[in-house]
Amino acid sequence: MSVIEAKKLELTFQTNDGPVHALADVNLEIGKGDFVSFIGPSGCGKTTFLRCIAGLETPTGGTLSVNGMTADEARRSRAYGYVFQAAGLYPWRTIAGNVRLPLEIMGYPKAEMSDRVARVLELVELSGFEKKYPWQLSGGMQQRASIARALAFDADILLMDEPFGALDEIVRDHLNEQLLSLWARTEKTIAFVTHSIPEAVYLSTKIVVMSPRPGRITDVIDSSLPKERPLDIRDSKEFLEIAHRVREGLRAGHAYDE
Amino acid sequence: MRNVLPVLTVLLVIVGIWYAAAIWMNSAWTIDRADGPLTFSEIVSDTMSQDRPRLPAPHQVWAEFQKTVFDTKVTSKRSLVFHGWITLSSTLAGFALGTVTGILMAVGIVYSRPVSMSLMPWAIISQTIPIVALAPMIIVVLASLGVDGRAVPKAIISAYLCYFPVLVGMVKGLKSPDAMQLDLMKTWSATGWQSFWRLRFPSSVPYLFTSLKVGIAAALVGTIVGELPTGAVRGLGARILIGDQFGNPMMIWSALIAAAVLAGVLVTVVSVMQTVAMKRMGFAR
Ligand SMILES: Nc1ncnc2c1ncn2[C@@H]1O[C@H](COP(=O)(O)OP(=O)(O)O)[C@@H](O)[C@H]1O
Ligand SMILES: [Mg+2]
Repeated sequence: MSVIEAKKLELTFQTNDGPVHALADVNLEIGKGDFVSFIGPSGCGKTTFLRCIAGLETPTGGTLSVNGMTADEARRSRAYGYVFQAAGLYPWRTIAGNVRLPLEIMGYPKAEMSDRVARVLELVELSGFEKKYPWQLSGGMQQRASIARALAFDADILLMDEPFGALDEIVRDHLNEQLLSLWARTEKTIAFVTHSIPEAVYLSTKIVVMSPRPGRITDVIDSSLPKERPLDIRDSKEFLEIAHRVREGLRAGHAYDE
Repeated sequence: MRNVLPVLTVLLVIVGIWYAAAIWMNSAWTIDRADGPLTFSEIVSDTMSQDRPRLPAPHQVWAEFQKTVFDTKVTSKRSLVFHGWITLSSTLAGFALGTVTGILMAVGIVYSRPVSMSLMPWAIISQTIPIVALAPMIIVVLASLGVDGRAVPKAIISAYLCYFPVLVGMVKGLKSPDAMQLDLMKTWSATGWQSFWRLRFPSSVPYLFTSLKVGIAAALVGTIVGELPTGAVRGLGARILIGDQFGNPMMIWSALIAAAVLAGVLVTVVSVMQTVAMKRMGFAR
């Protein structure tokens, strides 16, 4: 069953310099429990597509369904958690307070809130940091807290826009590993935007390669890697083959430029 | 200690310049009265102790200040503490009124485009009208509306000066959350009320305190201006006016010093509140 389904999706921004075709003829199906990565050069519409799914942007053409509803209905039924590139934690709230924020807004009962906060903080390995303030945490820990915040309520879709883009390679590797185990345990459907080919291949069950002007999908690769993925799988032949295909796809997209 | 030294140095320099100016400005009167030629030290000693100097020397002002602050009963009409209290209470009332008005207007401006378009130009124009011209009108209008006494018009004049910095700071503060933070609220389908109380308002607190520091000083100026038009007998402004009318410069200057001390205390109190609030809200480390 598909959780997210886009058909001939199109979004054109009207700007002062004329129309910008951020998305053109995007067709994609994301199944329940999929881990889908979006990869492509800057400006190819990755963020725009994620925002359409989130109901933050309104497509100008085609259809998009999320959990069988329109994106806007899905947003109002709190179908997804969204993780931005910046953690965006409130400096005036503790880590626990930040994770509790969506729960307060959604009106969860008090007792349940603390249970949930404790559970998701454990999930991102931040137990014991409840009372700390954001500035007392490293960038990677802050981003983990923001993931916990997106997981705190029962959305079964997780939308992540370059969540580890601002972090260094070593922290990134560690977070990627954690994210995979989190995904395995929670069985969420994850849509993940990245710039990094290894990251996309390591994480995904499905890799969507995009190219700009107009933003469109040039290749969709179903990964043949097993669900269990130690970090050193990145040296395997299979991994390198998939990475190669992604690279080819990116290059083909760029050919239109020249 | 490190903070005290520069402040003391500046204070010493000011007092030095003040003495020099007193000698210079008062010497004309000394020379006019003299029968014969005077030595420099005779001139200096005379300029330090005139009854109605053009510029009273610091120690003369200090003597008057001491007399009216420490040696007079605070309930007496001659006590500067009494007049300072009148000014202070009016300032605080005006500050409260101005702050609330400024915040409410800022909320209106941030949330509604029509309100923003119609209110903002008037708010700016309101600050271009000299308050000295406006103050007597406010007093007269309120009196004709049957408002007794000076307390209410003074608070309004004070609020008139105070609301503007609060308005400007709060508009900026309420708009300070970036698009991502607002989008995040939207992903949780938060109501406008929830976004306001959980995001916009807390984000604006640093801006609010910065404005309050300007606002409280402006409120004090407004109150004193409100005490200047004829008829006022109470408050530091009235002391300045009466001192002028009766040719008593010591009275003017000691009232000015009292106003400066009051301003310093008020701004310091707001600063301390700011530091505490910023610490507790995690804005400062
Ligand atoms: N709000 C907007 N208004 C106008 N143009 C936009 C807007 N958002 C994105 N764009 C344009 O749409 C294109 C796709 O942007 P984006 O989805 O952010 O790309 P990516 O995330 O892949 O880097 C870019 O050319 C960008 O300039
Ligand atoms: Mg992007």
